[in-house]
Amino acid sequence: MTVRQQVLYLWMDGASLDDQVIAWAFHDGTRGAGAPLPEPKSPDGPPYSNGVRALEDGWMLLQSAQLIPPAPGQEHVNSYLEYEFVLERRIDLS
Amino acid sequence: MVQRERSDTPSLGGVGNTAVMGVTDHRLSTRQMAEFVANGFLRFDEIVPADINTRAVAELEQLNAGRLLASTDLDAMRPPHSGTPLDECYPEPSVIGEYLRLPQIRGIITSLVGANPEFDHDWVHFIPSGGTHRQPLHVDASTDTDDPTFDIQLFWFCNDVEPGEGGTRFVPGSHLTRVRSAGIGRYQHITGEQQVSCKAGTVFAFHHGLWHAGQPNPGPDRWMHKTRLNPTEPQVRLWNLDDFDAIQGRSTDHIFARMQSGSVAETLRSMPPWMSVTDYRNAQLQRALLWRYLSGDDEFDVDYYLTRLEQRAARAAV
Repeated sequence: MTVRQQVLYLWMDGASLDDQVIAWAFHDGTRGAGAPLPEPKSPDGPPYSNGVRALEDGWMLLQSAQLIPPAPGQEHVNSYLEYEFVLERRIDLS
Repeated sequence: MVQRERSDTPSLGGVGNTAVMGVTDHRLSTRQMAEFVANGFLRFDEIVPADINTRAVAELEQLNAGRLLASTDLDAMRPPHSGTPLDECYPEPSVIGEYLRLPQIRGIITSLVGANPEFDHDWVHFIPSGGTHRQPLHVDASTDTDDPTFDIQLFWFCNDVEPGEGGTRFVPGSHLTRVRSAGIGRYQHITGEQQVSCKAGTVFAFHHGLWHAGQPNPGPDRWMHKTRLNPTEPQVRLWNLDDFDAIQGRSTDHIFARMQSGSVAETLRSMPPWMSVTDYRNAQLQRALLWRYLSGDDEFDVDYYLTRLEQRAARAAV
C-alpha cells in the first residue's frame, strides 16, 4: 500500500470548527492523484464554508488552535490568524 | 488639542483635487487619509500620463540591469543612495524622476510622509510573460515596533494589468498587524484579498505593513516600479484639511450608542472579511491610535475602545 498525505489548513473567524473559514492552504502529497479541493460556491471563496463541511468531505482533524491568553501589553495587538485548524486525508495510491 | 466639530455634519465625501485661485492642491482629503488608515492602501487609477508610462519601460530595464553591475561600471544606471532627499532622486533626464515629480504624485507623498521625505529604496519588479514564480505572502523589512509612524511604498504599474494576469496580491486591512515576514507565507488564500488589475499609469500607495506578494504572470511582460519613502517630519495634518472639521467627529462616536454619519470613525469601521470579531475590535483600536497621531487629536476614538480603557485606568490611579 502506498499512502500519501493531503494537508488542509483552515483558518476560522472563531475558535470553533463550525465557525466561518477566512483563509486556507492546501498541500498535496499525492501530486494530483488524490481528489482536489471542491469548487468554491463563490469566486475566490473558500473550498468549505466551515470546518464541519470539510469533515463531511473526508478530512480528518489533526490539530486545533490552542487558546492562549494575550501576554500583558499585547491585548490589543493583532498578529497571525488566530484560529488555525489542520486537517489531513490519507490517499492510497496503490 | 483639536477643537471638535459639535454638529452631526454629513460627510463631504469624494473630495478630490481642489483648485483655489488657479492653483491646484493635489494633497489628499481627510476622507482619503481615513481610508488609508482603515485599509492600508490607496489606489489612484491612471494617475500617471500615458506618455510617461510608455517611456518608462526602457529606463526600468536600464535600472534593473545596472543595479547588479559592478560599481566600477560608471555607465550603469543606479538607484539613489538610501537617505537621499526625494527632491534629489532621479534628476533630469529621467522618466522615473518625471513620475516622482508629478504634482499629483507629490500631493500623495506630501499627505502621507511630508513634502521632504527621504528615499529608502526602490525596486524594479519585472515579471516576464509566463513567469511562474509565486512569492509567498510577506511584509517588507523588519517586524514593526509600536510607534505609529510609517513609511509608504508606491507601486507604479506602467503597463495594463488585466484581471487574471497575476497582478500583485495584497490583503486590505492587514497593515497594522505585528508579524514576522516569513510567518504569513503559510496563508495561500485569504478572503477579501485582492490582486491588482488596472490600466497603465495606476499607482497604489501602501502603508509599509501591508501584506502582499508577487504572483505568476500568465499575461504579457509586466513592469512595476516600487518606491519606499521615509518621513522626515511628524506625519501630522499634512493633507488638505478642507473637510477635516466636518468629519473628524467626536470621541463619543460609538456604534453601540450614537454614531455620526459620514465621520472619520465611520470610515475606520470597515471590516475586512478575514477578521475575527476580536481582530476587528483590535483593528479599530489600532486605527484610532494611528488617527490620533495623524490628526493630532489625542482624544479621538472609534466606538469608545480607547476612551473606556483610559477612563478606567485614570480612575483606578486616583
